[in-house]
Amino acid sequence: MTVEELRELADREIARQQQYRHRITYCSAAGCASCGAAAVHEALARAVKSRNMENQVELAGTGCMGLCGEGPLVRIVGDGTLYQRVDAAVAEKIIDEHIAQGRKVEENLVDTSDPFFASQVKVVLENCGTTDSEKIEDYIAAGGYEALAKSVTEMQPAEVVEEVRRSGLRGRGGAGYPTGLKWGIVRKAQGEQKYVVCNADEGDPGAFMDRSVLEGDPHRVLEGMAIAGYAAGASQGFVYVRAEYPLAIDRLRLAIKQAERLGLLGNRIFDSHFNFRIDLRIGAGAFVCGEETALIRSIEGKRGRPRPRPPYPSEKGLWGAPTLINNVETFANIAPIIRKGSAWFANIGTPKSTGTKVFALAGKIRNTGLIEVPMGIPLRTIIFDIGGGTPEGTTFKAAQTGGPSGGCIPADSFDLPADYESLATVGSIMGSGGLIVMDSTSNMVDVAKYFMEFCVDESCGKCVPCRVGTVQIHGLLEKISQGRGTTDDIALLEELCEMVKETSLCGLGQSAPNPVLSTLRFFRQEYTELVGAPEGYVPAGAADTSSSTQ
Amino acid sequence: MPPTDKQKNHLSGDNRFKLLDRAITKHQFRGDALIEVLHAAQGIFGFLDNDLLIYVARGLKLPLSRVYGVATFYHFFTLKPKGKHTFVLCTGTACYVKGASAIQTAVEHHCGVRFGETTPDQEISLVPARCVGSCGRAPVAVLDNDVAGKLTPETAVMKIGEWQKAPGEAAA
Repeated sequence: MTVEELRELADREIARQQQYRHRITYCSAAGCASCGAAAVHEALARAVKSRNMENQVELAGTGCMGLCGEGPLVRIVGDGTLYQRVDAAVAEKIIDEHIAQGRKVEENLVDTSDPFFASQVKVVLENCGTTDSEKIEDYIAAGGYEALAKSVTEMQPAEVVEEVRRSGLRGRGGAGYPTGLKWGIVRKAQGEQKYVVCNADEGDPGAFMDRSVLEGDPHRVLEGMAIAGYAAGASQGFVYVRAEYPLAIDRLRLAIKQAERLGLLGNRIFDSHFNFRIDLRIGAGAFVCGEETALIRSIEGKRGRPRPRPPYPSEKGLWGAPTLINNVETFANIAPIIRKGSAWFANIGTPKSTGTKVFALAGKIRNTGLIEVPMGIPLRTIIFDIGGGTPEGTTFKAAQTGGPSGGCIPADSFDLPADYESLATVGSIMGSGGLIVMDSTSNMVDVAKYFMEFCVDESCGKCVPCRVGTVQIHGLLEKISQGRGTTDDIALLEELCEMVKETSLCGLGQSAPNPVLSTLRFFRQEYTELVGAPEGYVPAGAADTSSSTQ
Repeated sequence: MPPTDKQKNHLSGDNRFKLLDRAITKHQFRGDALIEVLHAAQGIFGFLDNDLLIYVARGLKLPLSRVYGVATFYHFFTLKPKGKHTFVLCTGTACYVKGASAIQTAVEHHCGVRFGETTPDQEISLVPARCVGSCGRAPVAVLDNDVAGKLTPETAVMKIGEWQKAPGEAAA
């Protein structure tokens, strides 16, 4: 395919879509699928057919529309109306009243002027809710693969790297390493064969950003990877995706096939000398495989155990070759940066943390779902304006970011801007973007114990501090939460946490004590209350978070 | 060498091995495709027993220790047969905060086995999951292949009760 053919295809698709008077999109991502989106689609299609409106109405299943707690969601693209909690009957009503008579179905209407929508800035999720996730033509009509065409035909690889560097984009997997810098290292690394790897092993419990991007807009990730391949000089890419995400796997498979058919992946892309193929690798459920060296071992078909760095994967990665590893959301940012320019991207967010961040908002909060906000937005805005506050009039206690590697941010620090540095000052991390809100019913010692149990289970067992340390920390937390602990146990706990943090081999162990340390720092009285507590003492919120897993 | 597709029956008499052979051939007998092949094997047979692991090791020309090591390392692979129905309870943070542990206690009490186990009549397996990624609808469980959100201990037990009333009907 040539650039002209790509533009022709886009124009043809736009013309085809304009033939329809109405375009109705419904969320086909896992969140809505779990509450009956398939039945809604059927009902919509049936209603359109029985009323002979097939020439007027086009139906499209799109990516996540954000308000996951109120699904299934349906959107009328023309006037931007959004409907929530749609079922078969409401679907019919939408066709009969809204489409046929122009009268909105009031009961299911979502107020799109609500801060939940108004405070968001969509870059990564710009297509989610408008384009059909399973049609490459739709993605191309929305400007897809233009960035790849521009890179391959108009830019030198070094220029692409420079553009990404200037945008200030930082890795969205959690650590925030500058993406342009990483690309430059891989580009300069010696080696005949280089690889590009997309880390889609989203293991943090409570995080579903990457899954939503893969389900809603898989081509965006593929395009970003292909641009990375061109910039770094790689000809082979791998997407390492969790086996727990069957829908994302299906969509990726389909997307790769479609892109290959159009010659957007494969040999001589846009009639250049650039060849790039992408293969899928399915994970098998190991949290440690989110760590890049462990992920590499897993792609090689081995036990996913990390190894010491350096050498970093950018020098010695897959099968010893230089390997560029980025997270799903990082790759999803690449196409807009190339298309609209680094200056545009750098304008969003703060000078040190540019662009937007997708958060998965969950827990004790009114609006749960997927949101995208500019970096540096105060946590308060996310939780109170976008999230809509706590349900049932309880009070906020903490927000947890970064999953088992992150920490709990107390309510009095909610004015903190959400960027990499600010979150680090309170002992948490940006992480991949899970944001879980806890209210007064959550007991923080129990929360720490919950995360430690996760780490005990997920520790790969290679290095002693992590393998033994996490078990000991969990034991101490168990003892304290049962009221059998002493003040010495708290001191021991702190000492042990520091030791595990300093001496573990990989990110899993190094960050495993974070939830304990941050709860100790901000909610110490909950620990001290339990130490030497009288028999039968019931701590705050223990009623609904009492027993443990497995 | 695994037999070719032309042969009508697999030598073992179990034609499911033919499907497995096809998966091994598709990956060109490459050792680094071990995880993919184990995924295929578990998909075909439901679980990985020792004979199956030996078969995969031979097919990919890998030491059995390596195959066993990989199969036991990853949570997704199971070396024991599963029940007719599976109840996968999400134990992710969002579900935890919204009270998944109460559901866990209720379901364990109802079935008489703990999570990670299968009822003695091989009907129901209780499986804990790290996070199924439907946090917006927490607490969540996956019953066979249907995701059920906003569960309470009562509704969870009720759904399991439906399986027990109509055995075999809603099997995946």
